[in-house]
Amino acid sequence: MPRPVPDIPNASMADIAFLLLTFFLVTTTVANDKGLTLQLPPPPEAMPKDVEIKIQERNLFKIQINSFDALLVEGEPYTGSMRELTDKIKTFVLNNGVDTESSDSPEKAIVSFKADRGTTHKKFIEVLDAAQRAYYEIYAEKLGVTVDQWRDIASDPERKADYNKSREGVPMQISIAEPTKVGG
Amino acid sequence: MSKFKKKANVKQEIPTSSMPDVVFMLLFFFMVTTQMRDTSIMVKQKLPQATQLRKLMRKSLVTYMYIGEPSKTDQFGKEPKIQVNDVFIEPKDVIQWVNTEKAKLDEFERDQITISMKIDSEAKRGIIADVETELRRANARIINYSAGFKKEI
Repeated sequence: MPRPVPDIPNASMADIAFLLLTFFLVTTTVANDKGLTLQLPPPPEAMPKDVEIKIQERNLFKIQINSFDALLVEGEPYTGSMRELTDKIKTFVLNNGVDTESSDSPEKAIVSFKADRGTTHKKFIEVLDAAQRAYYEIYAEKLGVTVDQWRDIASDPERKADYNKSREGVPMQISIAEPTKVGG
Repeated sequence: MSKFKKKANVKQEIPTSSMPDVVFMLLFFFMVTTQMRDTSIMVKQKLPQATQLRKLMRKSLVTYMYIGEPSKTDQFGKEPKIQVNDVFIEPKDVIQWVNTEKAKLDEFERDQITISMKIDSEAKRGIIADVETELRRANARIINYSAGFKKEI
């Protein structure tokens, strides 16, 4: 006599699956792991003390922010947009000695960036973004790609050659100085 | 009345036999992409926005640090604090923390440790600069300021 085949009821399977699905839907956090990368300089103790490095005034592009988040660009109050600031930095870096007030060559050009202890992080990121954008746009133009494409290339270890080629002769020199202690 | 009694001869049910399959597929997708957060964040986190975002490439080298105003202001005050793992630390403890984090990595890649700084927009530069100085001393010099995406500056 054949035994009856045992049956597992599977009508509720969809319910169980839905329950699990809802659980994972709720707990999922899309990881936001994007941001502005930066390489910090060596520790202050490791810096040579008695060596004085002379940088000509014309090779410095000075950006200062005070504790009210107001900008001072090349010694003058700046109220323009960040897009214009990016373009200013680009012209400064790519000057190649044409304008006697601006940089000698991209290798010598330094973007100096100084904030106050009271500056908000938001403003700091805005300006750093504008400065990095200027360099990224120069690199992207050299390779003939868009900035977005260039950033993908930069993150791709297999395209190191392209990355190095675009950066050749134009090192990204953004110097972030110690913040000032006075407000205002 | 007879007007409404008319019934169409067409079958109207949606076939539901494949529903569990569809649901399971979605389930597996979310199971795979889910990351359980092992730390609960105790500071305000409204990240700033930027256009030139770069992805963090090697997740195993990344360590997170959170800076912002504490969520429980009555207990911890309004000044921005630094949170790592599950505790608040002071800038002077950063070196020690970096060294514990470095010890978790293989020896040859310890210098490539990347600190992902998740800093609230309203935090002030002062505390961040203090942390950066300590990070330089701890020789953890690759950092990433976490930011949200914005289209145009």
